[in-house]
Amino acid sequence: METEQEYIITVFSENKVGLLSQITTVFTCRNVNIESLTTSESALQGIHKFTIVVRTTPETVQKVVRQIEKKIDVLKTFVYTPEEVVQQEIALYKVTRSNSVEQLVRRHNVRILEIDTDYIVVEKTGHKEETQQLFRLLQPYGVQQFVRSGTVAVIKSRRELLNEYLEELEKLRRESEAAASETEKSN
Amino acid sequence: MNSSSDETQQTVDGPRMTGSQALLESFLIEGVDTLFGYPGGAIIPVYDALYDYRDRLRHILVRHEQGAVHAAQGYARVSGRVGVCLVTSGPGATNTVTGLADALMDSTPLVLVTGQVGSSLLGTDAFQETNFVGITQAVTKWNCQVKRAEEIPAAMAKAFYVARSGRPGPVVVDITKDAQCGSAPFHYEKITSIRSYVPVPEPDPARLDEAARLIDEARRPLAMVGQGVILGNAEAELKAFLEKSGVPVASTLLGLSAVPTDAPQYVGMLGMHGNYGPNIRNRDCDLLIAIGMRFDDRVTGSPAHFGENARIIHLEIDPAEIGKIIHADVPVTGDVRQTLPQLTERIHKRRHDAWIAGFRDCDRIEQERVIRPALHPSGPRIHMGEAVDTVARAYANDAVVVTDVGQQQMFAARYFGFRRTRSLVTSGGLGTMGFGLPAAIGAKLGAPDRDVVLFVGDGGLQMTIQELGTIFQSKIPVKIVLLNNSFLGMVRQWQELFYDSRYSFTELVNPDFGMIARANGLAYRCVEHREELSDAVAEMKAAKGAYLLEVRVDRQENVFPMVPAGAPVAEIRLE
Ligand SMILES: Cc1ncc(C[n+]2csc(CCOP(=O)(O)OP(=O)(O)O)c2C)c(N)n1
Ligand SMILES: [Mg+2]
Repeated sequence: METEQEYIITVFSENKVGLLSQITTVFTCRNVNIESLTTSESALQGIHKFTIVVRTTPETVQKVVRQIEKKIDVLKTFVYTPEEVVQQEIALYKVTRSNSVEQLVRRHNVRILEIDTDYIVVEKTGHKEETQQLFRLLQPYGVQQFVRSGTVAVIKSRRELLNEYLEELEKLRRESEAAASETEKSN
Repeated sequence: MNSSSDETQQTVDGPRMTGSQALLESFLIEGVDTLFGYPGGAIIPVYDALYDYRDRLRHILVRHEQGAVHAAQGYARVSGRVGVCLVTSGPGATNTVTGLADALMDSTPLVLVTGQVGSSLLGTDAFQETNFVGITQAVTKWNCQVKRAEEIPAAMAKAFYVARSGRPGPVVVDITKDAQCGSAPFHYEKITSIRSYVPVPEPDPARLDEAARLIDEARRPLAMVGQGVILGNAEAELKAFLEKSGVPVASTLLGLSAVPTDAPQYVGMLGMHGNYGPNIRNRDCDLLIAIGMRFDDRVTGSPAHFGENARIIHLEIDPAEIGKIIHADVPVTGDVRQTLPQLTERIHKRRHDAWIAGFRDCDRIEQERVIRPALHPSGPRIHMGEAVDTVARAYANDAVVVTDVGQQQMFAARYFGFRRTRSLVTSGGLGTMGFGLPAAIGAKLGAPDRDVVLFVGDGGLQMTIQELGTIFQSKIPVKIVLLNNSFLGMVRQWQELFYDSRYSFTELVNPDFGMIARANGLAYRCVEHREELSDAVAEMKAAKGAYLLEVRVDRQENVFPMVPAGAPVAEIRLE
């Protein structure tokens, strides 16, 4: 048995209705649990980005990625281990107000978003362990609501792989066009 | 629809027209000549427009929408063209799902156009509304919904491009009623590429070198051919590769007829009911060259044992198939029509006579223990194998063979013998009972100059038997050989072998097929005795129109050889 580990999968796609469920189905079919999923615009106009965190084996992650790339509207998929990315999650906590809570949150590097007479809303950004730890610390004081976002991640590498891929595509397209007009001329 | 990122060429401009007309014009530009369909409320505008296109587009009115898809599959498989279907929303659309799943599994290029309720009604549970794009996500290569007339040409161009390019597959275009009725200037641009889609990945030259080296060094190689060769029209390229490499070649069920059965290096069919040699010698091979096939579990048996002493080269167009089931030591992505010649160029000319002779020894064992008893049974009842053999002889092994699913399918695949490519149309990946009869209709329309013979079981025939009405109405001269054992034979075989002969609900009490045939205007004959068989087959062959030949066969015959499900293929049983 190969051991499971965490992977951050980024999927770049055209902005097509229904693609999200097509992508998640690839994971459910293979019985891989999605730990977190976020979608957003990417830095490139018109290209959508999914960031998906899973725990699985190296072999399965490769198979899953190939199945995702098979979708007609998916441009490219990349897989990273946690060391290769900078990743963050954001958590919001609505806690019953008290002096001890205020002291606690100030020690934990949080942003206070709102202070009301009987509650306080704070935000913490960080890794899951950190936001989870704060949740545990706050619990004794009464956490009325708690919510955590999915992981967002950017890649540490100096190379921008998607850009390179798109440039490569563009080059191939120009070449094949040139070849096509060549054969047309010779006919 | 996001067409901004798609590359297009060949602009064809035209006048303003309705969405329905635009759809039919799109068909014409894509070279469509035949539609299989069934009308209904949400597609009436298209049918109305079709009335004026009857001289250019032949429409076959089926009796059930599942039949439309299977017929389009039969048409596509024999002709290499895209099969096209037209159905209404709701129940019309959902009736096609089995066909789409079948086409996806067996990589058949199809475009299915479904009507949809008006766009203002979407999501309101309107009459005959289903979320068909949602439903078919898992059974299509691509799908989309069109809500405006002006989007129809671009959607159709993309649909045909996706369906036929790369590894082919079924595509659904769901068109709302208002889009069919609306009007727009007609402007069609054929699609030649889509930014997010790489239909044919480039092979890595280093992998080709490595593959050539393995082939040159191999002492006991076996080539395994799948439908990829047929889909890629690479039969000649395969032949050249085989001639130079000298390797023996086996075929998957769907690859059958890509190599003629009597070719000197051909050693038979792989898989559960395949031939003895390519299965029993699997563990003797030191190199397996997979060519356009996907290691279905019916081929591999236990994947852990498959080719356990062999290196594996995998020539494949779909990167998702590489390493999916069996680890490929040398994956060569690309269209086999391109990669095979590149490989042939790199290898040395060789012969493997002694190694091939070993397969002939296996053939003799199979001949003695399986084939002779199957073709010349001792008992009074006709056996399926001898019926197939008699038909094959009458047609000199040259016909398009269509099968349904079950024992009769395996006997047809094993005993017909093929001379030309695209001669077997069968449901492999999904194993869809009811596929045969409608697929035979489509096959005849797709290959009008060839004889089309369907082998079908008594169970499977009754799953889509209403298509006899289509044969009657559209006068389609298919020859139907019903191998009637009054059993769901293949399931009965499993019950006999693995469930202690407890025949739980596999016995069929059948209707009078003669009356059904006659009611549908088909010539009919029933044969129970061996002496009449050849004569009846000759009569069927000579008949001008459609013909149903019912052969009452031994009720409890089994298909052998057999690899028990999940067992290593070398554990193939001869009886
Ligand atoms: C739609 C569908 N339902 C069930 C099955 C399971 N199945 C596979 S073979 C078979 C028996 C087929 O019986 P028949 O058509 O009489 O053919 P025979 O095996 O007797 O030649 C069945 C039920 C299937 N393949 N497809
Ligand atoms: Mg039967």
